Amino acid sequence: MTAIYGLYPDPGSAERAFQSLRRPPDGVDVSDNDIVILSSEPFEEYEFGRRGHRTVMPWLAALGGLAGGLLGFLFVSYTQRAYPLPTGGMKIVSLWPDGVITYELIMLSAILTTLVTLLITARSPRRSRKLYDPQVSEGKILVGVVNPAEASSAGLERMLRDAGASSVVSCP
Amino acid sequence: MNKTPEQMNEDLLRPVFHTTWRFWATVGVLLSVIAAAGLALSYQVWNGIGVWGIDRPAFWAFDITNFVFWIGISHAGTLISAILRLANATWRRPVTRCAEVITLWALMIGGMFPIIHLGRPWLFFWLAPYPNERGIWPQFRSPLMWDFFAISTYITGSAIFLLYPIIPDWALVRDKSSGWRKKFYTVVSLGWRGTPKQWNRLEMAMKIMAVVIIPVAVSVHSIVSWDFAMAPVPMWHSTIFAPYFVCGAIFSGIAALIIAMAIIRKALGLEDYMKRLHFENLGKLLLVMSLLWFYFIVSERLTTWYGNEPSEMAVFWSTQIGSFSPLFWTMVCCNFLIPVPLLAIKKLRTITGTVIASSTIIVGMWLERFLIIVPSETHKYLPYAYGSYRPTWVEITITAGTFAAMMLLYVLFAKFVPIISIWELKLGERKPVVSPQLSVVASDLPALAEPTGLATDS
Repeated sequence: MTAIYGLYPDPGSAERAFQSLRRPPDGVDVSDNDIVILSSEPFEEYEFGRRGHRTVMPWLAALGGLAGGLLGFLFVSYTQRAYPLPTGGMKIVSLWPDGVITYELIMLSAILTTLVTLLITARSPRRSRKLYDPQVSEGKILVGVVNPAEASSAGLERMLRDAGASSVVSCP
Repeated sequence: MNKTPEQMNEDLLRPVFHTTWRFWATVGVLLSVIAAAGLALSYQVWNGIGVWGIDRPAFWAFDITNFVFWIGISHAGTLISAILRLANATWRRPVTRCAEVITLWALMIGGMFPIIHLGRPWLFFWLAPYPNERGIWPQFRSPLMWDFFAISTYITGSAIFLLYPIIPDWALVRDKSSGWRKKFYTVVSLGWRGTPKQWNRLEMAMKIMAVVIIPVAVSVHSIVSWDFAMAPVPMWHSTIFAPYFVCGAIFSGIAALIIAMAIIRKALGLEDYMKRLHFENLGKLLLVMSLLWFYFIVSERLTTWYGNEPSEMAVFWSTQIGSFSPLFWTMVCCNFLIPVPLLAIKKLRTITGTVIASSTIIVGMWLERFLIIVPSETHKYLPYAYGSYRPTWVEITITAGTFAAMMLLYVLFAKFVPIISIWELKLGERKPVVSPQLSVVASDLPALAEPTGLATDS
């Protein structure tokens, strides 16, 4: 993986770099998917912080909860029939107590679905090597491009520097 | 707060990177108490639960008191943290992680007691529903089975709720460490880089968890209360028990949180982050819960007295003027008479004042759990079934061990994880951004043109 990136001391300059990468001048080729932004805190008030904002996570959590609840109820009611206990003439499958178990399993499934969705959509944990700079932890905001076209490198470096980068790094 | 992000990193990562002799001394003392409790527990497992003070008709005593108490304490964290997050209370930032940790450890400790109480704890897995050669199956109609599901859900949810905001902080520790620490934090930070997508998904997951975990927390303590309320035992079979237990749980939970914060603040030198404001706000919550708790106590006692049902009155009088009355009135003092003035009078609602109030509440709430369980069990429907209970050294040692275990787990957690969420704190310290459109409007209103600082903690 090759990359060129700038480290920005504040979100304003990172936003400028992001906007210039989205509208590059002639001769500089940048695909939107190749732009990388990394920060040590969320910046949702800036456009760069809202990339990939759309998510169906709440719907998946709700669906996961419903599925878990349904399976939970089926599990409890099936096993109550499979292992019948003397109930003194009362119903073998009793809705009130089964409702408690079903409720807990709805919640547990929603929690686990959210966790799985987070891990998959945030691509964590990952095995492949990705662009990163430990200075992000110092509060710097990384804005860069992965696998840039060789002909665009000089133009990209200039653009990143003009936006206010405290340093511009090319790797490897 | 006037701290730069670099200073925040340094202050909050110091306990993770630097180990003082105080840390080892604390761990040593706590481990010795836990070892004593471990010996007592081994003695009990070897000889059976006959070594406890329980006997017919009091089959539940210290162990179930501890169970209810610790499950109650667990309500400090996740529930309070979730409510503060959903309410977007900006002062929550230094508080939430301290609170969430309490939940996890308290649940682990509390959840241990029903297993110990089985008498043959090595067979606890019989509670889990799985096909087996015994041809038996868990009884889903039993509230104890509901406990198994509720506590399992709550402990899973609380662990995940605690973990989410830790991931970026672990990535921070990873970047600043070397050697074994670097390897360890690289694994646990799950490859966190901080892309906008990761931040968005993390915050969304935290919001979903905050919404889900509140009803789970309420259900857990409601179900714990139903362990009692579903039984036809005098003063247990009550419709008020679920909200009464939930109220008591939040009450004791906030008290535990205040004490934990005060200790952490002093021990780790975090005075600049955990300020009087945080204790004052938690103190106000504690005051509300103290008044609510008293309301529930009065409601419960008044309806019992008015009903004048003989078996219930036997329990009632044993706590008002009988053998349990010293404990009952101590509980009222600890939970209401002492904390209310300390928390209601602004001058007294200091860090010291809230800590004193919280300490008495912890004692009072433990007594409350004991007084719910034992007087009812020792005064069943017919006088020939009356009995008494006196704890043995085994129960007392195990109880002391649980408090030491809670402290040890907390200390170890603070050693491996920044006890305040660093990224959330930085986020709170950031001045609000005025959008270009708002700037145009605000230029006519000089007072609005400047950032208001509403997002700051103090």
